[in-house]
Amino acid sequence: MKNTMIALALGASLMGTTALAGDVRLMWYSDGVEGEVMKDLVARFNAENPGINVILDEVAYKVVQEQLQIQLEAGSGPDIARVTNIKTLAPHWLDLTPHLTDPEYWRTNFGAHADWMREDGSEAITGFMTQLTLTGGFANATLFEQAGVALPGEGATWDDWVNAADQVAKSQGTAAAFAIDRSGHRISGPAVSYGANYIAADGMPAPVDDGTKAFAEKLVAWVEGGQMLRDTWVAASGSTYRAAADDFINAAIPFYYSGSWQIANLSTKIGDGFDWVATGSPCGTAGCSGLAGGAALVAVKYTQNAEEVAKVMEYFAREDIVKEFSERTLFLPAHAGVVAAGGMNWQTEDKNVGAALDAYIAAAGDILPGADALPAWKWATPYYGALVNRISQVMAGELTLDDAYARIDQDITEAVAAAQ
Amino acid sequence: MTGVKGVLGAVVAAPLGWLARLLEAPLRLWQRLAGQTGMVAFFLLPNMAIFTVFVLVPLVINIAYSMTTGAALFLPERTFVGAAQFERLLRCTDYTDLMTCQEDQFWIALRNTGTFVVLQVSLLIVAATITALILNRALRALSFWRAVFFFPVLLSPVVVGLIWRWILDRNGVLNAALVGMGMDPVNWLLERNYAFSAAIGVTIWAHLGFFALILLAGLQAIPRDLYEAAEMDGTKPARVFWRITLPLLMPNMLVVIVLALIRAVQVFDEAYVLTGGGPGTATLFLTQYIYEVGFASLLKNPGLAAAASILMGGVLIVLTLLQLALGKRNERRGKLK
Repeated sequence: MKNTMIALALGASLMGTTALAGDVRLMWYSDGVEGEVMKDLVARFNAENPGINVILDEVAYKVVQEQLQIQLEAGSGPDIARVTNIKTLAPHWLDLTPHLTDPEYWRTNFGAHADWMREDGSEAITGFMTQLTLTGGFANATLFEQAGVALPGEGATWDDWVNAADQVAKSQGTAAAFAIDRSGHRISGPAVSYGANYIAADGMPAPVDDGTKAFAEKLVAWVEGGQMLRDTWVAASGSTYRAAADDFINAAIPFYYSGSWQIANLSTKIGDGFDWVATGSPCGTAGCSGLAGGAALVAVKYTQNAEEVAKVMEYFAREDIVKEFSERTLFLPAHAGVVAAGGMNWQTEDKNVGAALDAYIAAAGDILPGADALPAWKWATPYYGALVNRISQVMAGELTLDDAYARIDQDITEAVAAAQ
Repeated sequence: MTGVKGVLGAVVAAPLGWLARLLEAPLRLWQRLAGQTGMVAFFLLPNMAIFTVFVLVPLVINIAYSMTTGAALFLPERTFVGAAQFERLLRCTDYTDLMTCQEDQFWIALRNTGTFVVLQVSLLIVAATITALILNRALRALSFWRAVFFFPVLLSPVVVGLIWRWILDRNGVLNAALVGMGMDPVNWLLERNYAFSAAIGVTIWAHLGFFALILLAGLQAIPRDLYEAAEMDGTKPARVFWRITLPLLMPNMLVVIVLALIRAVQVFDEAYVLTGGGPGTATLFLTQYIYEVGFASLLKNPGLAAAASILMGGVLIVLTLLQLALGKRNERRGKLK
């Protein structure tokens, strides 16, 4: 009976709908240590605001990816959520403007990324980025040093990095030279570096172009050649997301292409196991671009407690709170005031972290326009999904590259048709 | 003990008796008004209501979904497209080349599921029969061995998938053992044939105990005197198996075959956790395809997923009807005996 009651209580809590006035449910996933930081901040908010009870529902990233959209389509869900699929779900976000004490504060400090989380043409204030991210590489400096291979310097191309990592892999007997997360988002910065452009003149998805093909061909060749770890991309089907962070952490690959959000994760799990460095994005023929992105904290329009939600959002968007959150989580802040003030006191004793964050801040200047446009582009998600699905089929020997390109175009066309 | 019974009687039986007396008069009145058939319907009503809410209504909604398209969740907001989703699923230029199909991954999943069903069910039946025959013998520590074979049935499918993934992974236990013996490691989950075989092997391991138990019950129901007579006649063991054991085990065997077929068509959890449908689409089965298209994919299409689930449901209905028919035949045979 007790178990049944607990199960019912859990079930009710996961329904995600505010049951009581003053309750604000916050759906939160974590990549690193931010869940712990958020718990602390929520406890402090609740203590300072007796009339509002923020309930932190910590979930896996997969839940946010797969279940939140269904809840939102059904007109339910949490009151606030931390999401990465910000643009596609924009019709479900609440315009906080009428509930905010000072909307201008939001426009000034978070305006640069406001379009990422609202519908095209809208001026709504729906939330703010809890962190800015940038895709980029990490190298196991210890393995490179042990192999006697120099880390490729500024301006090094993807081929330079893969060749260098391959020498390290052969010398040190690692499973492969490198890995890229199984994600369309992750390969899009590099594809743009080879001249890819996903967006047609009318704002709709463009057919797969030579830039995308150039990087896709490289990916497939690297898998066939054994330089790129097969496990991450081949050992799954569809558009399933797979990170290769654990392989880097376990020193199974000397080079790993992921993004700035991994810094805290790597620092926590690698500890003093080996030295690692952030490398920025290797170069292609058109540039050395990563892809910006990040996670946003957004208010959901189906909330019954919009005023309370706005108060909670105002608290977490406060300059001192954003600064503290960023310093403790080792995330790049998105708050213009915090960035302008500088002087971040990153709370870590890991000597690799400060340098890594600096490297990512420097790499932000290399983002090409084609990549810069993607976070605010409505059709980015279907495009990413089709790329992953079909390129991994080529890697598994099921499709030729030409067939894959045709299928990618077809998948995107059908996804757009189904969504309209 | 009597004291405990007495207390239980007072606590449980007394209120129940009071309730029964309270309901007796209205029920008798209702019986007079509705008749015996009405009473049957009355008592079936709660179950039928649950069945309607949780099975029938979702089924109807699913059928309605399969005739719509769009991203909206609520039916009135979705666009009616008739049989277009089914047409999309089934349209191929050349049915001998799945890559010419518009929804190629549906056909790949269908082919994989078909192959899986044939191989897994055949091997499972053989393995379960052998296991049941062994467990039917007077072994030492028989209860222990029965528990050993039944134990995997008690595990959650996700746990089964994870355990075997830890064993078969590139850095898994099996490769560690191979390396320890001076052999090269094998990418069990990255090679198509190995991964497919692993999916078959793991699902057999997970369900073997359940089916072996059904067959064991059948074996124990076979009269001993038939075996004694065969022994007195000097019949060879193989002939005893083919002429006595298998024919008399057939009713249980048929149930096992049909249940195994249904489970194999529905394969998902263990295989999904173990291989994720990979490498490529080598272990992409129908249920995973439906799940991916409807929920997990970045290219979600609930209408298409609903249509695929209805096609799969058709197969399951045929198998279920087969099971019902076999059940009735067994029942009739039992009565005749």
